[in-house]
Amino acid sequence: MQKNQVMGLLFPNMGDSTLGDLTAHRSVGSTPFGGRYRLIDFPLSNMVHAGISKVGVITKKNYNSLMDHLGSGKAWDLSRKHEGLYYLPPRGSDHLYEGRISSLADIMSFLQASKEEIVVLSDCYTVGNIDLDQMISHHIAGGADITIGYVHTTLRGAIDRMLVWPDQDGRITDIVFNQAEEAEGNFSIGLYVMSKAFLIRIIKDAIGRNLTHFERDILQKHIASLHIAGYEVKELTMMICSQEQYFAANMALLDAEVRNKLFLPGRPIYTKVRDCAPARYGLNSVVSDSLVGDGAKINGTVRNSIVFRDADIGRDAVVENCVVMQGAIIGERAQLRYTIADKNVVIREGRALQGCESYPIYIAKNTMV
Amino acid sequence: MFRKQECVAMLLAGGQGSRLYALTRRIAKPAVPFGGKYRIIDFPLSNCVNSGIETVGVLTQYQPLELNDYIGSGQPWDLDRLDAGVHVLPPYQRNRGADWYKGTANAIYQNMDFIARYDPEYVLVLSGDHIYKMNYAKMIEAHKANNAACTIAVLEVEMSEASRFGIINTREDDSIYEFEEKPANPKSNLASMGIYVFDWKKLRAYLEADEQNPDSSNDFGKDVLPAMLAGGERMFAYRFEGYWKDVGTIDSLWEANMDLLDPKVPLDLSDKDWRIYARNTGLPPHYVADGATVQNSLITEGCNIYGNVDFSVIFSGVTVEEGAEVRDSILMPGTHIKRGACVQYAILAENTVVEENATVGERPESCDNLENWGVSVIAQGIKVGANAVVLARAMIEEDVQAKGAK
Repeated sequence: MQKNQVMGLLFPNMGDSTLGDLTAHRSVGSTPFGGRYRLIDFPLSNMVHAGISKVGVITKKNYNSLMDHLGSGKAWDLSRKHEGLYYLPPRGSDHLYEGRISSLADIMSFLQASKEEIVVLSDCYTVGNIDLDQMISHHIAGGADITIGYVHTTLRGAIDRMLVWPDQDGRITDIVFNQAEEAEGNFSIGLYVMSKAFLIRIIKDAIGRNLTHFERDILQKHIASLHIAGYEVKELTMMICSQEQYFAANMALLDAEVRNKLFLPGRPIYTKVRDCAPARYGLNSVVSDSLVGDGAKINGTVRNSIVFRDADIGRDAVVENCVVMQGAIIGERAQLRYTIADKNVVIREGRALQGCESYPIYIAKNTMV
Repeated sequence: MFRKQECVAMLLAGGQGSRLYALTRRIAKPAVPFGGKYRIIDFPLSNCVNSGIETVGVLTQYQPLELNDYIGSGQPWDLDRLDAGVHVLPPYQRNRGADWYKGTANAIYQNMDFIARYDPEYVLVLSGDHIYKMNYAKMIEAHKANNAACTIAVLEVEMSEASRFGIINTREDDSIYEFEEKPANPKSNLASMGIYVFDWKKLRAYLEADEQNPDSSNDFGKDVLPAMLAGGERMFAYRFEGYWKDVGTIDSLWEANMDLLDPKVPLDLSDKDWRIYARNTGLPPHYVADGATVQNSLITEGCNIYGNVDFSVIFSGVTVEEGAEVRDSILMPGTHIKRGACVQYAILAENTVVEENATVGERPESCDNLENWGVSVIAQGIKVGANAVVLARAMIEEDVQAKGAK
């Protein structure tokens, strides 16, 4: 496959409603993750590593943080004279995208003007270092109309997530939107490969019929007439469909095996450069089983936690089983357990907050406790 | 067509740095890693950008490959500018003959065309072997206010130390009347920091005259500055207050890194108003394992710490295995300290491996003769074999093995 024949489209707002307050003022794509990343870094880096040099970011709302993060696309090597990163915000001011179909309809002219023949669509709630090149080759070889990336896993709280049933040839023969609190099966990770011609055709058709839901109205309804192929993503992936899973996925990074599968030498996950100084450990720091970003200042105790760039853990403070985001300040003697402290949160001296593993406390951005 | 620039900076980065021995075997001194995620050259480059100087020529000569790669387009420092930005300037062949840079002044002389295309008022000459944060704009202001031909940044040092430096003797208004290189009996404690602002037209004239002089060594300190003084030019000292360190020797490089761990030392790398920029590694945050201890240290991206780290500066991608001890040391990118090994008072260059139970360096108190004590250095890519012992002050440039090991 020629590299310049494929373009990418990212949907950072898909799943916004599932992460609760984390996405009150930001998209899923710009949600901080893993000490220095935002969730969009994963699908975007995967696209870049597959040689895709044209990526459109379809934004719907709350995209300030996303644009601030992506900037010109330089950090992903997508600040190019030839192609690169494209922002595709809503066209009109009086309507917001209802679903994938209307947002794609809105960029019809962008699609038609693109000369790439193949399109990769990806949502941003799945963390993984996925070889998209292989999936694209699989799609081309199989001759399907559309190929859906899925993972076989067990998920809690994944209501309305798409489950697919491939037959022995890999063709999807059934699609169900999960209603079980806990379900095992082949979950779609919101990753599709198809030809651009096919995408344009089905979008035009859907608009003509006043359809809004890509998965329900097109894929599920036309499962017999379309050739829908499944592609099982074998790389390590973590789907984030709830705040609980967000917390768990962060904590999973404390496992060396997970890190080794996610952060591959030669296939780095790119992110915005912040030019922080190295993390600084003070005389009284006690740190164990934790991931610490640059610019962090640690003078207290940190256990089983993810500490983002520029976070500040005060003297004699105790942080256990927490996600402490960028710029958060944990004051002296404060105690935090099972807590997600969003960006620039300030916990005053001596305060104590405790959540539990299945229900971590969330403290919103810029809050002072 | 190039836009006029008020000031062009010329950064002398061609020095071999021979007193850093094993650390500059394959790289030029300005490319030597410093402070956990920087290289020495990040300091003057970041100072330029933060001072509003948009045009920087970097004069390279010795082992330029890694330095050239590192500077690249200048993007990490915001110096990938439309018609300004950073330019790497190696010696080159001209119509009539070709020369290596014979001295610091000759290096600038050979690149006068580069400076001239920006038609600047001032030229700032910097060197690539000092760690400091300085607002050059203030120095240029002073230069203008004094209507000077040349302004030299100076630091007040202890009188007892003054004989180690190039000393500048000034009148009451800080105008210069004499230079003394490492004087036995110094008259002042103003040490030259190797940072000069020149009036470009005057500099050009003196460089041309210096080039015509067959007896000249074509050096700023030895030839051009004394010639300007003898020519009756207005020369002034500009007093700098703050942290400044020449990292031209193993001991001073080690000390300057350790200074970063001292909260009392006024060199704040996390100051958001005066960031020091560096090329990014793209590695994930570092991991500190259960059972590890990390105290009073700097650690950066991509590290995996399972052992004990104390009073150390740990660069990107370093692994310290369980039961390994690292104290009072500098571990440059990609070093790997294996189980049970002990590293103390040492500088380990990039990608060195210390195998299990090996020992590198000694504490001064455990050294029989303090005269023989010093920081141990392991060169880039070297392997210290299992159970091997590297003594204090050793300079290791070839793989070492334990006595009796095959």
